[in-house]
Amino acid sequence: MEDKLILGGHEFNSRFILGSGKYNMNLIKAAVEQGGAEIITLALRRANTQESENILDFMPKGVTLLPNTSGARNADEAVRIARLSRAMGCGDFVKVEIMHDAKYLLPDNYETIKATEILAKEGFVVLPYMYPDLNVARDLQNAGAAAVMPLASPIGSNKGLTTKEFIRILIDEIDLPIIVDAGIGKPSQACEAMEMGAAAIMANTAIATAGDVPAMAGAFKKAIEAGRTAYLTGMGPVLTRGGSASDPLTGFLR
Amino acid sequence: MVAINGEKVQAQGKTIGQYIEEAGYNKDRVVVEINMEIIPKDKLDTIILNEGDSVEILNFVGGG
Repeated sequence: MEDKLILGGHEFNSRFILGSGKYNMNLIKAAVEQGGAEIITLALRRANTQESENILDFMPKGVTLLPNTSGARNADEAVRIARLSRAMGCGDFVKVEIMHDAKYLLPDNYETIKATEILAKEGFVVLPYMYPDLNVARDLQNAGAAAVMPLASPIGSNKGLTTKEFIRILIDEIDLPIIVDAGIGKPSQACEAMEMGAAAIMANTAIATAGDVPAMAGAFKKAIEAGRTAYLTGMGPVLTRGGSASDPLTGFLR
Repeated sequence: MVAINGEKVQAQGKTIGQYIEEAGYNKDRVVVEINMEIIPKDKLDTIILNEGDSVEILNFVGGG
Protein backbone atom coordinates (compact mmCIF):
# COMPACT_ATOMS: atom_id res chain seq x y z
CA MET A 1 0.00 0.00 0.00
CA GLU A 2 1.29 3.44 -0.87
CA ASP A 3 1.41 5.72 2.12
CA LYS A 4 2.83 9.12 1.26
CA LEU A 5 3.03 12.28 3.28
CA ILE A 6 1.79 15.06 0.99
CA LEU A 7 2.70 18.66 1.75
CA GLY A 8 1.71 21.36 -0.70
CA GLY A 9 1.55 18.85 -3.54
CA HIS A 10 4.99 17.37 -2.76
CA GLU A 11 5.16 13.67 -1.83
CA PHE A 12 7.37 12.20 0.86
CA ASN A 13 7.95 8.60 1.92
CA SER A 14 9.43 9.50 5.29
CA ARG A 15 7.33 10.92 8.12
CA PHE A 16 10.34 12.07 10.08
CA ILE A 17 11.30 15.74 9.80
CA LEU A 18 14.71 16.32 11.28
CA GLY A 19 15.96 19.55 12.79
CA SER A 20 19.59 20.48 12.14
CA GLY A 21 20.32 22.60 15.22
CA LYS A 22 22.86 21.82 17.96
CA TYR A 23 24.88 19.29 15.90
CA ASN A 24 28.46 18.89 15.00
CA MET A 25 28.18 19.40 11.21
CA ASN A 26 29.72 16.03 10.45
CA LEU A 27 26.97 14.25 12.35
CA ILE A 28 24.11 15.86 10.49
CA LYS A 29 24.61 13.87 7.32
CA ALA A 30 24.82 10.59 9.20
CA ALA A 31 21.71 11.49 11.23
CA VAL A 32 19.77 12.32 8.08
CA GLU A 33 20.82 9.05 6.49
CA GLN A 34 20.17 6.86 9.53
CA GLY A 35 16.86 8.58 10.19
CA GLY A 36 15.76 8.39 6.57
CA ALA A 37 14.53 11.97 6.87
CA GLU A 38 13.56 13.68 3.62
CA ILE A 39 12.83 17.09 5.12
CA ILE A 40 15.41 19.02 7.15
CA THR A 41 14.84 22.30 8.95
CA LEU A 42 17.34 25.15 8.91
CA ALA A 43 17.55 28.68 10.30
CA LEU A 44 18.70 31.93 8.67
CA ARG A 45 21.27 34.03 10.50
CA ARG A 46 23.89 36.69 9.84
CA ALA A 47 26.82 35.15 7.95
CA ASN A 48 30.23 35.02 9.51
CA THR A 49 33.48 35.21 7.54
CA GLN A 50 35.31 33.14 10.17
CA GLU A 51 33.21 30.05 9.49
CA SER A 52 34.49 28.11 6.51
CA GLU A 53 31.90 25.33 6.77
CA ASN A 54 28.37 25.86 5.53
CA ILE A 55 25.53 23.61 6.54
CA LEU A 56 24.30 23.30 2.95
CA ASP A 57 27.49 21.40 2.15
CA PHE A 58 26.50 18.74 4.69
CA MET A 59 22.98 18.13 3.38
CA PRO A 60 22.57 14.85 1.51
CA LYS A 61 21.32 15.27 -2.06
CA GLY A 62 17.58 15.07 -2.57
CA VAL A 63 16.46 16.31 0.83
CA THR A 64 13.87 19.06 0.97
CA LEU A 65 15.01 22.05 2.99
CA LEU A 66 12.54 23.60 5.39
CA PRO A 67 13.88 26.98 6.54
CA ASN A 68 12.27 28.27 9.71
CA THR A 69 11.56 31.87 10.65
CA SER A 70 13.16 31.62 14.09
CA GLY A 71 14.13 34.99 15.44
CA ALA A 72 10.90 36.51 14.16
CA ARG A 73 8.86 38.25 16.86
CA ASN A 74 5.88 39.13 14.69
CA ALA A 75 4.31 38.37 11.31
CA ASP A 76 6.26 41.05 9.43
CA GLU A 77 9.61 39.70 10.61
CA ALA A 78 8.58 36.14 9.75
CA VAL A 79 7.56 37.20 6.24
CA ARG A 80 10.88 38.99 5.79
CA ILE A 81 12.88 35.93 6.89
CA ALA A 82 10.79 33.61 4.71
CA ARG A 83 11.37 35.77 1.62
CA LEU A 84 15.11 35.95 2.30
CA SER A 85 15.25 32.19 2.78
CA ARG A 86 13.48 31.60 -0.51
CA ALA A 87 15.96 33.93 -2.21
CA MET A 88 18.67 31.42 -1.24
CA GLY A 89 17.18 29.30 -4.02
CA CYS A 90 16.42 26.20 -1.97
CA GLY A 91 12.69 25.89 -2.56
CA ASP A 92 9.38 27.25 -1.35
CA PHE A 93 8.96 25.50 1.98
CA VAL A 94 8.86 27.55 5.17
CA LYS A 95 8.21 26.71 8.79
CA VAL A 96 6.63 29.78 10.34
CA GLU A 97 7.88 30.13 13.88
CA ILE A 98 7.09 33.33 15.78
CA MET A 99 7.90 33.83 19.43
CA HIS A 100 8.82 36.62 21.76
CA ASP A 101 9.47 34.83 24.98
CA ALA A 102 12.87 33.27 25.58
CA LYS A 103 11.82 31.31 28.66
CA TYR A 104 9.15 28.99 27.25
CA LEU A 105 9.64 29.67 23.51
CA LEU A 106 5.89 29.41 22.95
CA PRO A 107 4.57 30.40 19.52
CA ASP A 108 2.43 33.48 19.00
CA ASN A 109 -0.60 31.93 17.32
CA TYR A 110 -2.15 35.26 16.25
CA GLU A 111 0.97 36.53 14.45
CA THR A 112 1.49 33.04 13.00
CA ILE A 113 -1.93 33.14 11.32
CA LYS A 114 -1.15 36.55 9.81
CA ALA A 115 2.22 35.42 8.45
CA THR A 116 0.75 32.18 7.10
CA GLU A 117 -1.87 34.07 5.13
CA ILE A 118 0.67 36.39 3.50
CA LEU A 119 3.18 33.65 2.68
CA ALA A 120 0.61 31.18 1.34
CA LYS A 121 -0.60 33.87 -1.06
CA GLU A 122 2.99 34.31 -2.23
CA GLY A 123 3.20 30.63 -3.14
CA PHE A 124 5.11 29.30 -0.15
CA VAL A 125 4.39 25.83 1.24
CA VAL A 126 3.68 27.07 4.75
CA LEU A 127 4.08 24.81 7.78
CA PRO A 128 3.19 26.86 10.86
CA TYR A 129 4.49 25.94 14.30
CA MET A 130 1.62 26.55 16.70
CA TYR A 131 0.18 26.01 20.14
CA PRO A 132 -2.47 23.29 19.71
CA ASP A 133 -5.73 25.19 19.61
CA LEU A 134 -8.57 24.01 17.38
CA ASN A 135 -9.78 27.47 16.39
CA VAL A 136 -6.28 28.57 15.48
CA ALA A 137 -5.74 25.41 13.45
CA ARG A 138 -8.93 26.21 11.50
CA ASP A 139 -7.72 29.76 10.91
CA LEU A 140 -4.35 28.44 9.70
CA GLN A 141 -6.12 26.07 7.32
CA ASN A 142 -8.22 28.92 5.95
CA ALA A 143 -5.07 31.03 5.64
CA GLY A 144 -3.56 28.43 3.32
CA ALA A 145 -1.28 26.36 5.55
CA ALA A 146 -0.06 23.08 4.00
CA ALA A 147 -0.02 21.42 7.44
CA VAL A 148 -0.07 22.51 11.05
CA MET A 149 2.72 21.83 13.51
CA PRO A 150 1.40 21.75 17.07
CA LEU A 151 3.93 21.57 19.89
CA ALA A 152 4.11 18.53 22.14
CA SER A 153 6.05 20.42 24.83
CA PRO A 154 8.27 23.50 24.93
CA ILE A 155 11.08 23.48 22.36
CA GLY A 156 14.13 21.50 23.41
CA SER A 157 12.51 20.27 26.64
CA ASN A 158 12.40 16.55 25.72
CA LYS A 159 9.25 16.33 27.87
CA GLY A 160 7.09 14.49 25.39
CA LEU A 161 3.39 14.72 24.58
CA THR A 162 2.20 17.07 27.30
CA THR A 163 -0.45 18.53 24.95
CA LYS A 164 -1.62 15.10 23.83
CA GLU A 165 -5.40 15.56 24.17
CA PHE A 166 -5.32 18.85 22.27
CA ILE A 167 -3.24 17.39 19.47
CA ARG A 168 -5.75 14.56 19.29
CA ILE A 169 -8.53 17.13 18.75
CA LEU A 170 -6.57 18.63 15.83
CA ILE A 171 -6.02 15.18 14.32
CA ASP A 172 -9.74 14.43 14.59
CA GLU A 173 -11.03 17.76 13.33
CA ILE A 174 -8.54 19.32 10.92
CA ASP A 175 -8.28 18.10 7.37
CA LEU A 176 -4.57 18.82 7.02
CA PRO A 177 -1.48 16.83 8.01
CA ILE A 178 -0.80 17.32 11.72
CA ILE A 179 2.96 17.30 12.29
CA VAL A 180 3.89 17.06 15.95
CA ASP A 181 6.77 19.42 16.56
CA ALA A 182 8.85 20.37 19.59
CA GLY A 183 9.38 18.62 22.88
CA ILE A 184 9.39 15.02 21.63
CA GLY A 185 12.20 13.57 23.73
CA LYS A 186 12.33 9.89 22.86
CA PRO A 187 11.25 7.40 20.21
CA SER A 188 8.36 6.01 22.30
CA GLN A 189 6.77 9.48 22.37
CA ALA A 190 7.16 9.84 18.62
CA CYS A 191 5.57 6.41 18.22
CA GLU A 192 2.67 7.36 20.48
CA ALA A 193 1.93 10.50 18.47
CA MET A 194 2.00 8.49 15.25
CA GLU A 195 -0.33 5.84 16.73
CA MET A 196 -2.78 8.67 17.43
CA GLY A 197 -2.77 9.60 13.75
CA ALA A 198 -0.19 12.35 13.54
CA ALA A 199 1.03 12.69 9.94
CA ALA A 200 4.69 13.19 10.85
CA ILE A 201 7.10 14.01 13.66
CA MET A 202 9.56 16.86 13.74
CA ALA A 203 12.43 16.38 16.19
CA ASN A 204 15.80 17.96 16.76
CA THR A 205 17.05 18.15 20.35
CA ALA A 206 16.22 14.53 21.18
CA ILE A 207 18.52 13.40 18.39
CA ALA A 208 21.16 16.14 18.52
CA THR A 209 21.76 15.66 22.26
CA ALA A 210 21.75 11.84 22.24
CA GLY A 211 24.89 9.87 23.12
CA ASP A 212 25.01 8.34 19.64
CA VAL A 213 23.35 10.79 17.28
CA PRO A 214 22.99 8.67 14.12
CA ALA A 215 21.78 5.64 16.12
CA MET A 216 19.13 7.77 17.84
CA ALA A 217 18.01 9.09 14.45
CA GLY A 218 17.63 5.45 13.40
CA ALA A 219 15.63 4.67 16.55
CA PHE A 220 13.25 7.54 15.77
CA LYS A 221 12.82 6.27 12.23
CA LYS A 222 11.72 2.86 13.47
CA ALA A 223 9.43 4.31 16.14
CA ILE A 224 7.72 6.62 13.65
CA GLU A 225 7.25 3.79 11.17
CA ALA A 226 5.91 1.46 13.88
CA GLY A 227 3.44 4.09 15.09
CA ARG A 228 2.28 4.81 11.56
CA THR A 229 1.72 1.13 10.81
CA ALA A 230 -0.21 0.70 14.08
CA TYR A 231 -2.41 3.68 13.22
CA LEU A 232 -3.15 2.42 9.71
CA THR A 233 -3.77 -1.10 10.96
CA GLY A 234 -6.35 -0.03 13.52
CA MET A 235 -5.63 -0.81 17.14
CA GLY A 236 -7.78 -3.07 19.27
CA PRO A 237 -10.21 -1.69 21.85
CA VAL A 238 -9.16 -0.68 25.36
CA LEU A 239 -11.33 -2.31 28.02
CA THR A 240 -12.80 0.02 30.64
CA ARG A 241 -12.49 -2.70 33.26
CA GLY A 242 -11.63 -6.37 33.64
CA GLY A 243 -9.62 -8.55 31.30
CA SER A 244 -10.19 -10.60 28.20
CA ALA A 245 -8.37 -13.94 28.04
CA SER A 246 -6.14 -14.55 25.07
CA ASP A 247 -6.27 -18.30 25.66
CA PRO A 248 -9.26 -20.61 25.23
CA LEU A 249 -11.40 -20.72 28.38
CA THR A 250 -12.35 -24.38 27.82
CA GLY A 251 -10.50 -27.70 27.84
CA PHE A 252 -8.44 -27.00 30.95
CA LEU A 253 -6.38 -29.82 32.44
CA ARG A 254 -7.90 -30.83 35.75
CA MET B 1 30.16 54.25 6.15
CA VAL B 2 27.92 51.31 5.44
CA ALA B 3 26.31 49.21 8.16
CA ILE B 4 26.96 45.55 7.35
CA ASN B 5 25.48 42.99 9.73
CA GLY B 6 25.33 45.73 12.34
CA GLU B 7 28.94 46.89 11.96
CA LYS B 8 29.99 50.17 10.36
CA VAL B 9 32.55 49.60 7.59
CA GLN B 10 34.14 51.58 4.76
CA ALA B 11 32.52 49.93 1.77
CA GLN B 12 30.72 52.73 -0.04
CA GLY B 13 31.55 52.84 -3.73
CA LYS B 14 32.14 49.10 -4.03
CA THR B 15 29.62 46.71 -5.47
CA ILE B 16 28.07 44.46 -2.87
CA GLY B 17 29.49 41.44 -4.73
CA GLN B 18 33.00 42.90 -4.50
CA TYR B 19 32.60 43.57 -0.78
CA ILE B 20 31.35 40.03 -0.14
CA GLU B 21 34.35 38.48 -1.87
CA GLU B 22 36.93 40.78 -0.28
CA ALA B 23 35.51 40.25 3.20
CA GLY B 24 35.68 36.48 2.73
CA TYR B 25 32.04 35.44 2.62
CA ASN B 26 31.04 32.43 0.54
CA LYS B 27 29.16 34.15 -2.28
CA ASP B 28 27.24 31.03 -3.27
CA ARG B 29 25.93 30.50 0.23
CA VAL B 30 24.66 33.93 1.24
CA VAL B 31 21.60 36.03 0.61
CA VAL B 32 21.86 39.79 0.76
CA GLU B 33 19.41 42.47 1.81
CA ILE B 34 20.12 46.18 1.36
CA ASN B 35 17.85 48.66 3.12
CA MET B 36 15.29 45.87 3.68
CA GLU B 37 15.28 44.91 -0.01
CA ILE B 38 16.37 41.45 -1.14
CA ILE B 39 19.13 41.56 -3.76
CA PRO B 40 18.84 38.84 -6.43
CA LYS B 41 22.10 36.90 -6.87
CA ASP B 42 22.56 38.15 -10.44
CA LYS B 43 22.49 41.77 -9.24
CA LEU B 44 25.26 41.43 -6.64
CA ASP B 45 27.95 42.61 -9.03
CA THR B 46 26.04 45.62 -10.30
CA ILE B 47 24.61 47.20 -7.15
CA ILE B 48 26.95 49.76 -5.61
CA LEU B 49 26.96 50.41 -1.88
CA ASN B 50 26.08 53.96 -0.87
CA GLU B 51 26.91 55.96 2.23
CA GLY B 52 24.40 55.10 4.97
CA ASP B 53 23.20 51.82 3.44
CA SER B 54 22.14 49.12 5.85
CA VAL B 55 23.15 45.67 4.63
CA GLU B 56 22.40 42.19 5.93
CA ILE B 57 24.48 39.25 4.67
CA LEU B 58 22.78 36.05 5.77
CA ASN B 59 23.22 32.32 5.46
CA PHE B 60 21.61 29.11 6.61
CA VAL B 61 22.71 27.57 9.89
CA GLY B 62 21.50 24.57 11.83
CA GLY B 63 18.08 25.06 13.34
CA GLY B 64 14.86 23.35 14.34
